[in-house]
Amino acid sequence: MAGSAATRKAGYTAVSFNTLFYYWREAVNSIFRNSWLSIASVGTVAVSLLILGFFTLAAVNVREFTQGIESGLEIRVYLKDGAARENVNKMQAQIAGVPGVSLVDFVSREQALEEMKENFGGRGDILEGLDKDNPLPDSFRVRAENADNIPDLAGQLMALNGVEQVIYGHGLVEKLVSVTRWARLTGAIILCFLCLAAIFLISTTIRMSVFARRKEIGIMVLLGATNWFVRFPYLLEGMMLGLVGAALAGTVVYAGYMSLTSHITQSLPFIHPVTDRQVLLQVMGGMLGIGLLIGALGSSFSIRKYLKT
Amino acid sequence: MINLYNVTKVYTNGAKALNDISLTIQKGEFVFLVGPSGAGKTTLIKVIFREEIPTRGQVLFNGKNISRFKGREIPYLRRKIGMVFQDFRLLPQKSVYENVAFALEVTGASGKIIRSRVPEVLNQVGLADKSRMFPSQLSGGEQQRVCIARAIVNKPALLIADEPTGNLDPDTSWELMNLLSEINKNDTTIIMATHAREIVDSMKRRVIAMSDGRVSRDEESGVYSSEL
Ligand SMILES: Nc1ncnc2c1ncn2[C@@H]1O[C@H](COP(=O)(O)OP(=O)(O)OP(=O)(O)O)[C@@H](O)[C@H]1O
Ligand SMILES: [Mg+2]
Repeated sequence: MAGSAATRKAGYTAVSFNTLFYYWREAVNSIFRNSWLSIASVGTVAVSLLILGFFTLAAVNVREFTQGIESGLEIRVYLKDGAARENVNKMQAQIAGVPGVSLVDFVSREQALEEMKENFGGRGDILEGLDKDNPLPDSFRVRAENADNIPDLAGQLMALNGVEQVIYGHGLVEKLVSVTRWARLTGAIILCFLCLAAIFLISTTIRMSVFARRKEIGIMVLLGATNWFVRFPYLLEGMMLGLVGAALAGTVVYAGYMSLTSHITQSLPFIHPVTDRQVLLQVMGGMLGIGLLIGALGSSFSIRKYLKT
Repeated sequence: MINLYNVTKVYTNGAKALNDISLTIQKGEFVFLVGPSGAGKTTLIKVIFREEIPTRGQVLFNGKNISRFKGREIPYLRRKIGMVFQDFRLLPQKSVYENVAFALEVTGASGKIIRSRVPEVLNQVGLADKSRMFPSQLSGGEQQRVCIARAIVNKPALLIADEPTGNLDPDTSWELMNLLSEINKNDTTIIMATHAREIVDSMKRRVIAMSDGRVSRDEESGVYSSEL
């Protein structure tokens, strides 16, 4: 960047169209001259970003899922069959009075069946036959002020009259969090290696480009080309390789994720993967940005090393 | 235009190519640089072109100490100097036109300037009809003229030619000298290193003779060698 500042200082303000065309032409020519290495670089970038993309989407889904669980972290208090409806209000007041309880909702057996149907989405028909002979009991949905209190509270609620069973998620959230932490760590390590490999391959490609044109570069320098002018096409070449790799990976991730989610929602209707356009676009944008960065890094390594003046 | 003060150049292998040289070249001069092989002519040129940095002493170009130039100032020095290399240094995969245009291109010149300036200099060196040919299709003299076209396309203040007639027959050499005289008339300073005795003797220009890295003789309207 120092070079461009110098250009301005010396009175060559605007970069001419001719120069821009020159940069572009040189970069494209180089890519095709070292076509095999270019393909290898693009491939590594694509594979790295492919993994990154799917990882990110998986992480987004897991986060969504755990958040769902955390916010729904509740104690379900199932009542003995045939508990009188008059008792319900009394019990509700009783539960609400227990220290540490923040919210109590009554869920009738009919309501419970309705909810279950909703969860099955379009395939609620599976549960059709249950309408006449509803096996679900009445229940209370109890929220604790603090997730740590849940085992304690559950014990207290169990002791109440008319309670059949108390259920809560035993350490589910904790388990999920630790599993995802592990997955994230190993994923990050694998990704780091892949990104390094991509950077290395791009820098090798650029080195080959520089090598193929060392004579021309020497003449350019003698003819008064600035450092920046000599280097820019190679930077551009690296960034183009990174970008093409990222675009490839982005396309595959997008198409793959879309078909995966549509399969999942069809066959496993109670799972709701994230299909938010906004989120997907952000992931794709991030991938393109990282591809560009990998390309720029890789080429600047070689430029620094092999285009010293 | 060019001042050298006590310039010494010792290459890393210990060879002392320039030994305490001081000299001044004025704007508009035509200077022959003569001397036996290994005298240091090419090294002197490289020091002026900032291809080599003097071990001791100072080189001033238009009053600026170029050994103290930072890397990013060097290109702008080189754009003021047109260099005709002994080994041509043309790009084989580029046509005559493209080779000359390249010198403008690398300075970031606009397409408009390139399209008007390149035919102009090709005309000046008499190669207008060969602009689409490639260096390998040209004779040595023609290639030399492409080099000169490339060196002057930027309108440099100084033109340096290192043994430009080295590979040319006498007739072609004379054509080249006429061309250089023509360029010199338009106020371009010229430094030419050469072994061509007849040319130096008949041109009656300033001659700087070197031997063993020193200036052994420096005279106006000089000749190739004093002892005869
Ligand atoms: N890059 C270099 N490294 C080490 N020594 C060098 C280098 N270039 C030149 N020399 C030495 O410096 C001395 C002067 O060389 P130079 O090329 O300047 O001579 P010259 O006058 O141009 O000779 P010629 O007429 O043969 O071209 C020689 O002894 C040469 O061996
Ligand atoms: Mg020489």
